[in-house]
Amino acid sequence: MTVAADAAPPGGAEHSWGRLERALRDRRDSGGKCFVPYLTGGLGDDWLETICAVAAAGADAIEIGVPFSDPVMDGTIIQQANDRALSEGATPQSILAEVRGASADIGVPTAVMTYANIAHHMGYERFASSLADAGVSGCILPDLPLEEVGEWAVCADAAGVETVLLAAPTAPDERLPRLCARSRGFVYSVGLMGITGVREALAASATRTAARIKAVTDMPVLVGVGVGTPAQAAEVCRVADGAVVGSAIVTRMLEGAGPDGVASLVAEFRAALDAAHS
Amino acid sequence: MGEPSADGRFGDFGGMFVPETLVPACQELDQAFRSAWGDPGFRGELDRLLRDYAGRPSPLTECPNLSTELGLRILLKREDLNHTGSHKINNVLGQALLARRMGKTSLVAETGAGQHGVATATAAALFSMDCIVYMGTVDIARQELNVFRMRLLGTEVRAAETGSRTLKDAVNEAMRHWVAVADTTHYCLGSVMGPHPYPWMVREFQRVVGEEARRQCAEILDGGVPDVVTAAVGGGSNAAGIFGGFADTGARLVGVEPAGGAAVGRAVPGIVHGSRSYLMQDEWGQVLEAESISAGLDYPGVGPEHSHLAATGRATYEQVTDAEVIEAFSLLSRTEGIIPALECAHALAWVSRARSDLAGLTVLLNLSGRGDKDVDQMMGILG
Ligand SMILES: Cc1ncc(COP(=O)(O)O)c(C=O)c1O
Repeated sequence: MTVAADAAPPGGAEHSWGRLERALRDRRDSGGKCFVPYLTGGLGDDWLETICAVAAAGADAIEIGVPFSDPVMDGTIIQQANDRALSEGATPQSILAEVRGASADIGVPTAVMTYANIAHHMGYERFASSLADAGVSGCILPDLPLEEVGEWAVCADAAGVETVLLAAPTAPDERLPRLCARSRGFVYSVGLMGITGVREALAASATRTAARIKAVTDMPVLVGVGVGTPAQAAEVCRVADGAVVGSAIVTRMLEGAGPDGVASLVAEFRAALDAAHS
Repeated sequence: MGEPSADGRFGDFGGMFVPETLVPACQELDQAFRSAWGDPGFRGELDRLLRDYAGRPSPLTECPNLSTELGLRILLKREDLNHTGSHKINNVLGQALLARRMGKTSLVAETGAGQHGVATATAAALFSMDCIVYMGTVDIARQELNVFRMRLLGTEVRAAETGSRTLKDAVNEAMRHWVAVADTTHYCLGSVMGPHPYPWMVREFQRVVGEEARRQCAEILDGGVPDVVTAAVGGGSNAAGIFGGFADTGARLVGVEPAGGAAVGRAVPGIVHGSRSYLMQDEWGQVLEAESISAGLDYPGVGPEHSHLAATGRATYEQVTDAEVIEAFSLLSRTEGIIPALECAHALAWVSRARSDLAGLTVLLNLSGRGDKDVDQMMGILG
């Protein structure tokens, strides 16, 4: 049942690095911390400009959410963004077509985050090659856990798409090396047991989980879910190699802050990470 | 209908398509269910509850008037006579007992029409557990009575306010809730859907329906089995339960879906709520809303074992319209003095439509619930 996962080399360092992983390793190996914002694709008229502005404001890579009707891992903010983008007519195809047209302007690697059915419905092979065609480097499908990712991962590997796997705070020790071995780009360390959303404080599990993962891999380890402020990002990066921030960024998008408004928040995150870890 | 494979598959369907954060909870449940189901102590306690609390065994009823009218012999498995009025209690008592065995102190569930929510609230009251039931705001508005019943039973009903605000969104909310509290809370899923082990576990808890019916049929059919076994299919738990008693016989198995919620009828596989199965979706893979006269069948997916039974041809799946269902609802009330739930009226609607093909045959129909919850709605329609 974990054919592909078991076939991958242990430790996660032996695979050849894609564009996403190189960018994050470069940042880390030069002593910095990685910042990866999540933005909902197809949300409002200016989402693509916002992505470009965010890249210019210091994002190392960008997660682009492709809305799905039933996002079980997402909290209310990203759900609202999903619903709105879908009602505005966003489709996987329209989002990828726009990303493709702008990939030179974006300038940093991107990863699509969506749910398995979007890829499954298009066909894993076709979805993987359409990501590659659009210049997207990575892909995160949170409802494909290690036991289910094999079939997709084979197609993604063949298309040169980096499949980022999540690791949960409750993952037993023996599971972590297997997750890291199958992950590409980075290892997504889930900050807490829960769904996406902004929390008052960073959960204790955020740094603890990142430390456990870092002990078994040389890949970049980024913490996402429950990292909502520049201070929390800086705090988690005392252990982690970087942070993924979604709901806080998407809140700005939903408020209509526009490319400059969202970029200024990203610049705050960048500054906080640079100040804390230079 | 045996055990799924080690990776939770029935053929190409099933699996455990949940975020990493839910994998340990699903694996823990798989282990706990396996151990409980093999433990005579657990089985005995569940049997006792089903008998003394839920009222099992439910009778098998011959329907002479209806049989004459349709030109065939129809037998009803009377799940409508269970405590709380439907087959849902069988599954819920099993899961609540299992949850207690696992040391969980709370239950969370989803509900559409409210039948599963009421059953879960009932079990929570019986076991002195805290209980939260998620329900779409659209369903809360149209099922006020069941919302009140749940609250009366001490359950907190929470609104699912995003997406289509119906059953599928209530499932999403229940899963989102569960992920944060899985150490203390059991997710009491209401049908043979969701990630492994739910489709298998819920079918096993409902199998009692089929096993009883097999014995009861043997008594009146001289050791034989009916020619046809039929049931309505929403997620597919009452159908899986009754099919489970006859899958190893020559009986024809027929599941009946609403035309507006025909996941198997459309036969397009998809992944949602933890498993790969037939799923109503648009051209991009966005999940569609089911629409039918019965809220209990308004689910765009179907349990993975039904997809497998359909793909292998062991069972067939028919679709009926709301108009046919309304007619069947009246037909059973008028001929036999039994007001059926709208869900199982779907199965009768198919039997009625297919009566010339079924002429002279013995048909066992799972009467999964009673119609009390639907009379208000039908009063509006039938006047
Ligand atoms: C009486 C009754 N029958 C059938 C169903 C459909 O569920 P399933 O297909 O899981 O039996 C419901 C669901 O609410 C119900 O209340």
